[in-house]
Amino acid sequence: MNLPIYLDNNATTPMDPRVLEAMLPYFTTKFGNAASRNHPFGWVAEEGVDYAREQVAKLIGANEKEIIFTSGATESDNLAIKGVFEMYKDKGNHIITTVTEHKAVLDACKHVEKLGGKVTYLPVKEDGILDLEVLEQAMTNDTILVSVMYGNNEIGVIQPIKEISAIAHKYGALFMTDAVQAVGKIPVDVNADGIDLLALSAHKIYGPKGVGALYVRRKGPRVKVTAQMDGGGHERGMRSGTLNVPGIVGLGKACELCGLEMESEAKRLSAMRDRLQESLTVLEESYVNGNVEHRLPHVANISFKYVEGEGLMMAMKDLAVSSGSACTSASLEPSYVLKSLGLSDDLAHSSIRFGLGRFSTDEEVDYAIEVTKKAVTHLRELSPLWEMFKEGIDLDSIEWAEH
Amino acid sequence: MAYSDKVIDHYTNPRNVGTLDKSNHKVGTGLVGAPECGDVMRLQIQVDDNNMITDAKFKTFGCGSAIASSSLATEWLKGKSIDDAMKIDNMDIVEELALPPVKIHCSVLAEDAIKAAINDYRVKNGMAPIESEKVHH
Repeated sequence: MNLPIYLDNNATTPMDPRVLEAMLPYFTTKFGNAASRNHPFGWVAEEGVDYAREQVAKLIGANEKEIIFTSGATESDNLAIKGVFEMYKDKGNHIITTVTEHKAVLDACKHVEKLGGKVTYLPVKEDGILDLEVLEQAMTNDTILVSVMYGNNEIGVIQPIKEISAIAHKYGALFMTDAVQAVGKIPVDVNADGIDLLALSAHKIYGPKGVGALYVRRKGPRVKVTAQMDGGGHERGMRSGTLNVPGIVGLGKACELCGLEMESEAKRLSAMRDRLQESLTVLEESYVNGNVEHRLPHVANISFKYVEGEGLMMAMKDLAVSSGSACTSASLEPSYVLKSLGLSDDLAHSSIRFGLGRFSTDEEVDYAIEVTKKAVTHLRELSPLWEMFKEGIDLDSIEWAEH
Repeated sequence: MAYSDKVIDHYTNPRNVGTLDKSNHKVGTGLVGAPECGDVMRLQIQVDDNNMITDAKFKTFGCGSAIASSSLATEWLKGKSIDDAMKIDNMDIVEELALPPVKIHCSVLAEDAIKAAINDYRVKNGMAPIESEKVHH
């Protein structure tokens, strides 16, 4: 076992060597511009891109013509939300999303508001799941788009996508999903799920950074987005810019591998994750955040009350995890996702996200359990709050000096 | 963000972790910060009849820099008179631990904890609390 151990696979994943192998020729011998239609260098590059387009499409049950390659999911989210707003603003100016979305969605929505659009940011229930009645009540005749993420990046909660898309369609709106954390991890099918636009990223599924895709439905209905990048009219005019051929080939290969291995991998990871979670929640005053049934197989977000997340991560030496604590951010605000579940700030500050991945082993999980238990115990010995809790003092009864 | 060696040292081997009897009139206790902000420090001093600090203890809920700042504060407090201890400046802690700008609030909290502990002792022993007029960096 090599240290440090990587358990932050929701942030990014290591590239699978098989993906790298597929990409390598496209950096050197197959270097052509996929848009060069008049010589073999261009044809070879274009073949690589076309094949990748099929591989991506297959993973999500789409047609290859519906895949637009981008620089990553942030661009895909921006293109979908701003592009739909610009294209359909004569039909209506209202967009609905949720408060637990990724910043790429939330900030793109903020941008739309500046352009005169109206955006409703729906709350979620305590388990992180969107209440369908709340969604239906928010729908209006002016709603052109509903954007709800498939699986959450911090807590792993999976939204009822089929039901959400059905409500969007009932009111004549399009349905978009940021599926960055879900694609390649659980079955996603754009037709069965009623998805009109879907953002995905290569580096979360063992592919390279700097490449992603936007699925844009072509039939029933035919969806169009206004390009946000002007230029040579690549990608059916929706995304100009010379194609990142090696990256796209890598994304394709990454999708193919996920398609082949997802089923067995999800079982392996969820068993490992459950073991990790069960071993750690044995600790007093530890809580799992978010719905545990409708959840991605590889994520567990756990709050260890009375210890602070960043301090805890420092004690979890040789473990790469992440925390909802925002001790490093200037605002000192903890995770907005955890807060939107109704978690108190101190529990949000005390959270650790464990993200397992393709290269995680049982041995690593055993080590992580031991290190985390020791770290929590050690920091509680240092914690005045733990001492007060043990003495039976109600922390809410104390007048804290907010700073 | 990488931590300085001194932060890591204090964090890994915190000095003077513990609890003094806060009902003892020779013990001053400062409890500052708030759980909602992710930092709570409790700093305690034991003072002798000559107003000299003979012992100091801390417990901190917070990040590594907060733990290190309070651990360092207890080291500095021991052997100082309460008047000299009042002069400890948060920027001295920043310098000693090489704290980055984003962690300066940890040193501010440690200074606040020192002053709160001294004032608690002063009030318990019939002295007026000293109001800090300092504007934090």
